[in-house]
Amino acid sequence: MLYFIEQFLNGIQLGMLLFLLAAGLTLIFGIMDLVNLAHGSLYMIGAYFAATFAAWTDSFLLGAVLAIVATLALGMALEVIAIRRLYGRNHLDHVLGTFGLLLFFNELVRLVWGPAGMTLALPSQMLNAVEILPGLFYPVYRLVIIAVTLVVGFLLYFLIMRTRLGMLIRAGASNREMVGALGVNIKLLYTLIFGLGAALAGFAGLMQAPILTVQIGMGENILIAAFVVVTIGGIGSIRGAFVAAMLVGLVDTVGRAFLPDLLGIYLSESAAANLARALSSMMIYLVMALVLIVRPGGLFPATTR
Amino acid sequence: MTPVPDHLKRLSPRVAANGILLVILALVPVYAAVTGNAFVITLFTRVLILALASLSLNLIMGFGGMVSFGHAAYLGIGGYAVGILAKEGIGSALVQWPVAIAAAALYALVVGALSLRTRGVYFIMITLAFAQMVYYVAIGLDRYGGDDGLTIYQRSRFGGFLNLDNKTLFYYLCFALLLAGIYLIWRVVNSRFGLVVQGARSNERRMRAIGFPTFRYKLVCFVIAGAMCGLAGALLANHTNFISPAMMHWTRSGDLMVMVVIGGMQAMFGPLIGAMTFLLLDEALSNVTDYPNLILGPLLLGVAIYLNGGIDGLIGGGRRG
Repeated sequence: MLYFIEQFLNGIQLGMLLFLLAAGLTLIFGIMDLVNLAHGSLYMIGAYFAATFAAWTDSFLLGAVLAIVATLALGMALEVIAIRRLYGRNHLDHVLGTFGLLLFFNELVRLVWGPAGMTLALPSQMLNAVEILPGLFYPVYRLVIIAVTLVVGFLLYFLIMRTRLGMLIRAGASNREMVGALGVNIKLLYTLIFGLGAALAGFAGLMQAPILTVQIGMGENILIAAFVVVTIGGIGSIRGAFVAAMLVGLVDTVGRAFLPDLLGIYLSESAAANLARALSSMMIYLVMALVLIVRPGGLFPATTR
Repeated sequence: MTPVPDHLKRLSPRVAANGILLVILALVPVYAAVTGNAFVITLFTRVLILALASLSLNLIMGFGGMVSFGHAAYLGIGGYAVGILAKEGIGSALVQWPVAIAAAALYALVVGALSLRTRGVYFIMITLAFAQMVYYVAIGLDRYGGDDGLTIYQRSRFGGFLNLDNKTLFYYLCFALLLAGIYLIWRVVNSRFGLVVQGARSNERRMRAIGFPTFRYKLVCFVIAGAMCGLAGALLANHTNFISPAMMHWTRSGDLMVMVVIGGMQAMFGPLIGAMTFLLLDEALSNVTDYPNLILGPLLLGVAIYLNGGIDGLIGGGRRG
C-alpha cells in the first residue's frame, strides 16, 4: 500500500511536469494554430540555463529565476525572428520549420556546452526525504516539484481566467481574426503567448534537471509525451491539458511500477522485465489512440474546432 | 492536377531536370569504378532507398493529404522482418521481402482503419502514437537485440543468381525498384482511384456527397504506401546489415517528411530530389564543419518559410495542383 502511494505521488509529479510543457504547447497550438516541435528544445535549454546560472551564482534559486527569465526572452526573440513567419501556413510547413529549429538548437547546445551532459545540484536541505506517512519516506525535492507546479498552475489559471491579458488569450483562442479586428495588437499578444509557453517549458526543464542529467536531446522524448497530453486533452484546452497530464503521468508511472510484478506471475523474471519495459512505454500511446478512436477531438475539445 | 502526358509532349524544365537526374544516378557506379571511390555508391544507395520511402509518403501526404508522422515505423517493420527472418535462419529474399511488404501493409491497414477517423493535427498525432508503439515493441524484443539492435550477417539471398553483397548490383537493384515505384505511383495517381483520393484531399465532403466511400479509398491508398515503405525498409536493412529501434525514432519520421516537403509535394520526382538534397547536404556539411545542423536547421526553416512547393516548384515554376 505504501509502495502504491509512493508510485502514485511519482505519477502526480510526472503529470505536473508534463502539464507545464503541455500548457504552453496547447496555448500555442490552440491560439496560433502552430505545431511546435521546437518546444522540447526550450525545455532542454531551460535546464542548461539553470545549470549554468546556478553554477555562476552558487544558488539554485537564483539560477532557476535567471533561467526562467532567459528562456522567456529566448522564446520571445525566437517568435519575432522565426516563428511568426510560419503563422497561417499549413501544418507541414510548421513541422518542417520547427524540425529545423530542433536540429539547430541541439547543435547549438553541443557547440556552447559541449557534448557531455551537465548536472544541476540541489541545495542540501532538498536532498533529504521526509516521512509523509508512518513508514513512507518521500524525497523533499519531489514534493517541492508538486507544490511549486501546483502554484504555477494556479497562477496560470488566474492569469487566463481573471486578467485582461488572459481574456485576450481566451478570445484569441476562440476567434483570432475578430480579436485583431477589434484593435488588439495581435502580434504582440502572440509574442507574449509564445514567450509564456517557452518560459513554462524552460521551467519544466529546470525542475526536472536535478533528477535527470541535463543532456542534448533530453527534450525529444518528453516533447512527444507532451503532444500526447495535448491531444488527449483536446487541442487548445488548458483544463484538458491538466486532466490529460495527470492521466498520462499516472498511467506511465503506475505501469512502470506494477507491470513487471504483474507479468512476473506468468513469465520468467527477465522476460517479464523486458516485456514490462516495452509495454509501460507504450501505455500512454495506447491510451491516446483509444481516446482518439472514441473521441476524435480529445477529451475536452475546444468549441470552435 | 495536370495530367502528365502534357509534360512529356514538350521538354519542360522539369522534365529536363528529372531526366538529367536519372542519368546522373545511373552513372554513379561508373563514377565510383573510375575514381575508385566506393563510398559514393554506399551514399547513393542510401539516397535511393530513402527516396523510395519518401515516395510512398508523398502518395499519402502529398496526393492524399494524409499527413502521417509515423512513416519510419514502416521502414522499421520492413527492416525487422528481414532481420528477424535472417536470425531465424530464413535467408531467402523470396520469403523475406514478401513478408516485409505484407507485415508493413497489415500494420498500415490497422493504423489506417483506426486513424482515418480523425482529422488534421489529430491525425498527425495518432499516426505518431502508433509509430511510437512499434518503436517500443522493437526495444522490448530482447531476442532481437532490444535497444542495441541486431546485426544481419547475411544479406537476403536470391538463390544464387543475384548476389546482394555486390555493391554495384545492389545499387542497380535499388535504382530499378525506385523507378518501378515512381511508375507505380504515377499510374496510381492518374487512375480513377488516384483521382478520387486527390478529390478527397481537396474536398472530402463533396466527394462523399457524389457517392464515393472516401474512407475506403483513403485506406487502400494508406496501405499501398505502407507496403511500399516496407519494401524500402527491407532494402535498408540489407544496405546497413543492421536493424535497431533507432531507425524508427520519431525524428526519422520527421526526416522523411522533410525530404518530401523540400523535394516538392505532389511532384513525381519530388521525393527523390528531396532525399538526395537532404542526404547530400548533410554529408557535405559534415565534411566542412563539426556542427552541420547549425546550418541545416535554419536552411530547413528557410525552405518552410520561403520555398513553398519545394525544389520541384523552383524548377517547374510555381506550385502545381
